[in-house]
Formats: sequence, structure tokens, C-alpha cells
Amino acid sequence: MSPSQKQEGLVDSLWKFLASVKLTIVLLITLACASIFGTLIPQNASPAEYIQAFGPILYRIFWVLDIFDMYHSWWFQFLILMLAINIVVCSFDRLSATWQIIFAKNPKFNPERFQRLSNKQEFNETGSAQTLSQVYSPIIAKYFRYQTVTNSGKGTYLFAERGRWTRLGVYVVHLSVVILLIGGLIGSIFGFEGFVNIAEGESAQTIRLRNVNQVRELDFVIRCDDFDVSFYETGTPKEFRSKLTIIEGGQEALTKDIIVNDPLRYKGISIYQASYGSLAPDRMTLKFTSNASGMAYEIPAKVGGTIDIPEAGGQFTVTEFQPQAVFRGTNLGETIVGRLQPKGDTSPADIMLPVRFPSFDKMRKGDWVISVGNIEPRYYTGLQIAKDPGVWVVYTGFTLMIVGFVITFFLSHQRICVAILPNDTGSSVTVAGMATKNKLGMENRIRKITAKLSVARV
Amino acid sequence: MSSSQILSLVTFIYGLAAFLYLVAWIFRQDLPGKLATWVALTGAAANTAGLILRWVESYKLGIGHAPLSNLYESLIFFAWTIACFYLVIERIYKNRTIGAFSMPLAFLAIAYASLSPNISDRIQPLLPALKSNWLIAHVITCFIGYAAFAIAFGVSIMYLFKQRASGDQLQFLQRLPEIRVLDELTHQLVMFGFLFLSVGIITGAVWANSAWGRYWGWDPKETWSLITWFIYATLLHARLMRGWQGKRIAFLSITGFMAVLFTYFGVNLLPGLHSYGAMG
Ligand code: HEM
Repeated sequence: MSPSQKQEGLVDSLWKFLASVKLTIVLLITLACASIFGTLIPQNASPAEYIQAFGPILYRIFWVLDIFDMYHSWWFQFLILMLAINIVVCSFDRLSATWQIIFAKNPKFNPERFQRLSNKQEFNETGSAQTLSQVYSPIIAKYFRYQTVTNSGKGTYLFAERGRWTRLGVYVVHLSVVILLIGGLIGSIFGFEGFVNIAEGESAQTIRLRNVNQVRELDFVIRCDDFDVSFYETGTPKEFRSKLTIIEGGQEALTKDIIVNDPLRYKGISIYQASYGSLAPDRMTLKFTSNASGMAYEIPAKVGGTIDIPEAGGQFTVTEFQPQAVFRGTNLGETIVGRLQPKGDTSPADIMLPVRFPSFDKMRKGDWVISVGNIEPRYYTGLQIAKDPGVWVVYTGFTLMIVGFVITFFLSHQRICVAILPNDTGSSVTVAGMATKNKLGMENRIRKITAKLSVARV
Repeated sequence: MSSSQILSLVTFIYGLAAFLYLVAWIFRQDLPGKLATWVALTGAAANTAGLILRWVESYKLGIGHAPLSNLYESLIFFAWTIACFYLVIERIYKNRTIGAFSMPLAFLAIAYASLSPNISDRIQPLLPALKSNWLIAHVITCFIGYAAFAIAFGVSIMYLFKQRASGDQLQFLQRLPEIRVLDELTHQLVMFGFLFLSVGIITGAVWANSAWGRYWGWDPKETWSLITWFIYATLLHARLMRGWQGKRIAFLSITGFMAVLFTYFGVNLLPGLHSYGAMG
């Protein structure tokens, strides 16, 4: 063997390997197993959590194999790349043969091939082959678009077929998989995904990127003009809505209300309502009720401010606002925390004033019961910011895939041969058929057509 | 009657239908089989009524939404699709033994919804992210796919039974459809299911993109639906390889359905969480 022949042999067998369905099956099963593994190990957690869960040795091994961000690891991406190559090579390998079948000017029919089929029905008829074929031809034409009649020394053959083009369906499916992968690639190279929290009335231009510890500066400023949340009676959130203004080059470019499932889009970047949270209120009032006199006083307050308690009761300083305060394991929700300095030389006490539970402070059994009167809630909106120029490629892939499936699964290339051969009493008629899909359906169809033919008269 | 009451009743109707199909098959009787079909039809009708009534009830509560928003509702819908799907197949293939392997699945789905103490049948308001037509399309297509896979699973079990049976010592196995019919039926069902699972994954991706700006995030539930997809893609291609007809296809179909079940129920057991666990 000459070196070039040897090389050709090598290229050939590499091509065969890359075109084989066996490789497809190995890849699909490997991808499935790897994905299972990836769901058993939480992805993108912190190193400390992993070390605690797996110990240092296993942690090291997993770290080397990129298990903690497995779906983006080199080896997982390599498997996907192999699948793509497999699809492309396999499709090229087969397309020329399929092409010839589909676009043949004069498709060749081989009567022997039909005779060997198991999907076959026979009956005897009195007429001659010539007359019978004239009777049968219009009936067959009802079911099949293309028809040819051949006469040979043995007898007459009617060939008919339909749906040749449906053989392309599989290629549409395979193409769609490749397009999906390309779309995903475009997104991962040219897109980004991040998030930012903006308090009502404030603006932001810098976002934090997801899963990597980086920030990114946008070309424009996002201002949150307003945020609202409404609740169902059960207390679960019903809708959150942010009014956002985009400011570019000092100019207001766009204002829009966004809710979950209805983002704002600006210059290829989409801004999604993702979450929200409460902030320390600007203004509030605190209610002081005296046990001694029974009098109640409502006094304006703000975080960091100090109030003189009436009736010379001492001083109260609001130290902080906690959106989710916890007291003995119970979540109290939004809570004002403050320091009470009663009159005289008693030592100061830190106390909690949950907004939702006005009588909470009674438990303390002090001279005064303090509660939150009016509070104006202030929120920040949690925005998810994404840019993905590959989305439209991906959506094209989605559409193609569905179209391809419908063609591949529900349509088929069907062929039928009616052989009319003279015998002692007239003719023997054999109806045989084949289909690329739904073989049982084709059997039924052959039976039905045979029944029609056997009762047809001139 | 409230929708929950109707649906509890459906549980028993489906149970009865499953029982009758099994009796008809094992004791080779036609009468229980005919009865089973009528019982199953009644069950499916009542199931439909229950779903519609639940929809109406949610509007009366002022939180109107399609009854497809939590585990209870999805199980009810799952049972409904299995029952309807099976009844169509019974008509086409004119063989009631398939019912002995399909109706029990419809029964189990609805029984789990009605009887499990962990599953609440209360009509709950929708979280903001769940208010999307894409989500409705997503749930419906996924469950049509799951129903096809469920019946394919039943048919694959029949295949394995039938394949084992040698001679006529087990007469009740003879009532099962011919082995090549079972093989073809599995293929048809898997193709159908694969189409719907794919559309389900796609509509889910479109929904995720409209809600969070990412059509794919490798969260465990998404990943498991992809794993399921890989398994059935393997099945479809395995038929093209020599020696992979029949038994191995049946095993793949069974494995695929296990993956469906895990996607549906098991994912919550995994570390991490699906952003909106309400679906399962
Ligand atoms: C995840 C990726 C893939 C998907 C979703 C996919 C999908 C499909 C579908 C739906 C069919 C039709 C099956 C049937 O008729 O029952 C099919 C057939 C086929 N696929 Fe794939 N496929 C994929 C990857 C591949 C790869 C990598 C190869 C490479 C060898 C391949 C080779 C074939 C072949 C040879 C056929 C049969 C075509 C025919 O019947 O003429 N597929 N594929």
C-alpha cells in the first residue's frame, strides 16, 4: 500500500466513524449520563460549600474536571461539538443518495423488489391486463400523485408514489440542531447576562455579571422612577412593576413600565423585572403609649434620628431598618430596630418594632409601649439585564425543528406497485406497497386499495 | 359539587376502568372489556368536566387561571391526557389489552393527586412569573408528550411480556397484540411523544426567555427534560442500528419513561431548586 492510499484509508475510516449512527448513540448516552451527574452536584456554588460537602481531595478532582460549572466545561462542550460534527458529516454522507431518490426525473421501479415485500395482497380477475390497468389507473391516481404504467413480456405494472420530498424532513431536523447550537454559541460569545438592584428614584449604569465575579458598564443609565408591588389576600405577591427610564448621553431616551414577563428592550439589551426588596423608609411615625398616663403620641422619625419621648420619658434612637428581622426563629418581616434610653440612669435597651405586629413591644413590659405608626415603604427593584444576539438564530432553529419533526414523523414516502399478470382464467393482480414510515398504516392502505380494485368494473 | 369532589370521583372511575381492563385481559372475557371502555369514557368525560369546573371556580375566586399551575392540577391533567390518548389508540388498534397497561397509569396519576396528603387541591393564585401564555402552551405540550411516553412505557412492558411467552402455556399473553404491532406502536408513540416533548422544551425556553432573558439555564428541571430528550433521541436512532430492534428499544422506552417521572417528581429531591417549584 502506498502512503497516499494508506492516508486515504485513514481519512475514509475517520469519515465513516464520524458519520456513524453508533457514534451518535454513544454521544447521546454519554451526554445524558454527564447531565445527570451535573444535576446531582449543585453548579456554581462557592468553593467553601464544595469543600465542606466533598472534602479537599474530591474537591480537587472535581475542580480539575470543571465539575462545578460542568455544562460549560471543555469536555462537555467537546461532546456537543462532536455531536454537531456527527450530524453534519452523517447528513452529507447520506444526502447525495437521498437527493437522487427525490429529484430523479424518471424514478426506476423494480417489480421484483415489490414482489419480495410482505405487505402484499392478491386476487384474480377475469379481464385482460390491458383493460384492467385502464380501470385501476384512475383509482390509484386518487391516492398517489405520480403514476407510470409499464408493460413487459410478463404483464402490466402500475407504479405510483407520493411524498418523495418528505425524505428531506430528517435533514431539516438535523439542520435545526446545528442551527440551535450555532445560536447558543453566538449568545455565549457576544451576549452577557447580569443583574442590578436599583432603589426607587435612583439610577445605575454598572451591573454584576452572573456566575463570574465581574461587573460591566452599560452604554446607558437605568433609572428606576417608581416601584410597586401588589399582593393577593394570601400575602403572596401578585404583580411587581417598575417604571424605568433609560438615559443615554444625558438625554432621556425611553420610559416604560416593566412587569415580570414583559421586559424593556433597548438597543439589543433586555431589562427584566426579576425581584424586589424593601429599603429603609425615608419617613415614618412612631407611636409611644404611656402606661402611666394612657396617653398616646405619634411622632415623626427617621433612621439614625433621635426622638425625645414625651412626658420627659427619655430618648429613642432609630438605629436601623431590617427588611426580614428574625426573633427567636420567627420571621417578623419589616422591622424597625432602635435603642431606648429611659429617663434616669437605667441602662439603654435595644428593642425591635415589627411593622406588622404593633403590640410586639408590650412583651417588654416597660413604661412605654412603642410601635410603628405610619411607614412609607420604599423598595428597590431587582433587574435582570441580558443581551443575546443569538436568540433569533435559536428561535429559527426551534421553528425548523418543529417543522422537520412534523414532516419526518407524520409524512412518508409511499410507493405502490400493482402487477397484473395474465393467467388461465384472466389475470392475477398483486398489490404491494412500501413506506418509509408507519408500515402498519401502509398495510391498511394496501388492503383498502386492494378492496377497491377488486370490485372495480369497466 | 366542587371540582375537587368530581375529581376524587374520577379517581375511582379510572380505578374501576383499569380493574375491568385487567380482568378482561387476564380472564379473556369480552364483556368486562366493553364495560371498561364505557367506564373509561365516563371517567374521561368527568375528568374534563372537573378541569373545566376548576377553571370556572378560579375565576369565581377572582384569581382566574387555567388549571395547570401546580402539582395537583398538572397530575389531573396528566391523567386526563393518558385516558384520552389511550381511548384514541383503542379505537385505532381495536385492542383492549393495551388498556390493561395504560389505564392503571391514568389511575395512579389521579390517585396520587387526590389521595397524597402532601398535595394540596386548593386553587392558588399565580405567581407573577407564571402569568404567561407560553407557560400554558409549555405545560399542555409537555403533558401530551408525557402521556404518549406513559403509554409507550405500557406497550413496551407488553412487548417484554409477549416476547418471553413461548408456546401457549400462558394463554392470556396471546391476547396481546402481535409483537411487531407492539414494536411499531412503541415507535409511533415515541415519535409522537418526542415531538411534543420537543415543543414542550421549546415553549418552556421561550417562556424563560420572556421572563428572565435566558432561554436555557441548565437548572435541574430543564436539564432533566433534556436528559429525557437524549434518551428518546437515542431510541429513535437505535432503530437504525442492526440488532437494536425490539427488546433493547423496549428497555430504552422504559428508561425514557423513568426519566420522565424523575423530571416530574424527582427533581425536587435534588440539591438546588427550580426557580418556580410550583410545577412539580
Ligand atoms: C440531538 C441530535 C439529533 C436529533 C434530535 C435527531 C433527530 C432525528 C430524528 C427525529 C430522526 C427520525 C427518526 C425516525 O424516523 O424515527 C432522525 C433520523 C436519523 N438520524 Fe438523527 N438526530 C440527531 C442526531 C443525529 C446524528 C448525530 C446523526 C449522525 C449519524 C444522526 C443520524 C440520523 C440518521 C441516519 C437518521 C435516519 C434517516 C433516515 O431514516 O433516512 N442523527 N434523527
